[in-house]
Amino acid sequence: MNTMLEIEKEILSDFELFDTWEEKYHYIIELGQKLGPLEDKYKIDEYKIKGCQSSVWLNGEERDGKLYFSADSDSTFVKGEIALLMMVLSGQTPEDVLDAKLEFIDALGLRQHIAVTRANGLASMIKQMKTYAFAMTSANK
Amino acid sequence: MTPFNINKIRSEFPILSEKAYGKPLVYFDNAASSQKPKVVIDALVDYYSTTNANVHRGVHFLSQKASAAFDAVREKVKTFINASSEREIIFVRGTTEAINLVASTYGRKNIGQGDEILISAMEHHSNIVPWQMLCEEKGAVLKVIPMNEKGELLMDQLPALLTDKTKFVSVVHISNSLGTMNPVKEVIRQAHAKGIPVLVDGAQSTAHEVIDVQDLDADFFTFSGHKILAPTGIGCLYGKLHLLEAMPPYQGGGEMISSVSFEKTTYNEVPFKFEAGTPNIADVIALGAAIDYWSQLDRKAACAWEKELLNYATKLISEIPTVRLIGTAAEKASVVSFVIEGVNAMDAGMFLDTKGIAVRTGHHCTEPVMQFFKIPGTLRASFMFYNTKEEIDALAENLTKAIALLQTHSVA
Repeated sequence: MNTMLEIEKEILSDFELFDTWEEKYHYIIELGQKLGPLEDKYKIDEYKIKGCQSSVWLNGEERDGKLYFSADSDSTFVKGEIALLMMVLSGQTPEDVLDAKLEFIDALGLRQHIAVTRANGLASMIKQMKTYAFAMTSANK
Repeated sequence: MTPFNINKIRSEFPILSEKAYGKPLVYFDNAASSQKPKVVIDALVDYYSTTNANVHRGVHFLSQKASAAFDAVREKVKTFINASSEREIIFVRGTTEAINLVASTYGRKNIGQGDEILISAMEHHSNIVPWQMLCEEKGAVLKVIPMNEKGELLMDQLPALLTDKTKFVSVVHISNSLGTMNPVKEVIRQAHAKGIPVLVDGAQSTAHEVIDVQDLDADFFTFSGHKILAPTGIGCLYGKLHLLEAMPPYQGGGEMISSVSFEKTTYNEVPFKFEAGTPNIADVIALGAAIDYWSQLDRKAACAWEKELLNYATKLISEIPTVRLIGTAAEKASVVSFVIEGVNAMDAGMFLDTKGIAVRTGHHCTEPVMQFFKIPGTLRASFMFYNTKEEIDALAENLTKAIALLQTHSVA
């Protein structure tokens, strides 16, 4: 597994191919459509992150000391955003997930296209992913 | 056939020739906020360049000039909505503040334990929450006029809802999320027969209808400047003079007083009693410029054009497979709200955004309406007289593309 920073760099170099918001939008929609399914048992309120215009269900699991995420949303675009986060965070150690600065998000140049409420939605997703990591590190102590 | 010179009208709105992501801007979010004609923008610049001073205080040249320009707008608003006196016009920040003002003053004084306040099933949150807060404070009860699947009020249920306990009715004139034009005149007639005052929320209607508060016989009427070509931060509350005079003040401060001592303060007359502090002078003056714009506009032709746009858009959008219109009332104005099977409204709205088309997605601050239709939200295109059929063609064409990209399951 590559380090998180290497993965972030790869994502950013992919994004450099896109000049316009329209191209970025299509790329993220594609990522959303490709995101693997979330088992139905996780599509319940316990796993739900409620947003203003979309809902996200997120599960985190430990395997061999690494944290793996699976998620779904009623919005394909939001699924694409989760997919981006999962590319970086899924399969990393909980310590690395907790420490992740995720500076690449700002460099993607998406923030101007998503309303503040939605930017908060992205922040809630990251927070929930880190909560899983925190729970895991605490349990391992 | 274009009933009036749409190109000339569009040229009067500078923003309409702007581009979004290099594409021609198509602005279909008029129910949220209208664009401004150059005369309104110029009025703001001119005020700060030539007139700026506080009003009703100074003896000097600028203060007198500002005061005269400011005072003239109250007269303009009076004519615009056909009030009987300019003293019936109170400047507020917008419809939300106007409703809160009435709830906090008239409501606090006249509504008590066990009394009922009647609203409708299609109210904006700003015509729900102030009344809920009042009900909570006073132990009063909020009642709701229900609607049918088309988004029309069930008027046959109104007589039974106007009970001996009903002390106030507050209804929306045109629904922002459904476009329904409500028969507010009939609501007022029935309420008045039982001695109950009525507030009409005119946030949406003032741009699409010629308002005559005396003909409606509304006790209170509210509108927001920014939805009728004027700046944000300014709006009006109309109230019948005898009601305003009997109401306690809203906020305390300068301007709203007649005299102040540490022992006792006496209040200024209506409307100043409700306008504490330095008013929003610049935006009031620009509101005056917006009303001047409306006065020179052929309102009949503008309304007819908007109706044509609405019918055209309704036809085109409803013909797209898997689209379902939300709000199909017989009497509608300038709003097409819809959902697409298997497509998230926000995803489709963002797709349209990439094409330079501005629509609204979500619950439009009317969550109870969304609960009624059992949907999380809609896409909403809302029109103004400066929109064109070519823009609606672009909307329909790109919606079809959005559906092809985003629809996640096959739809029978």
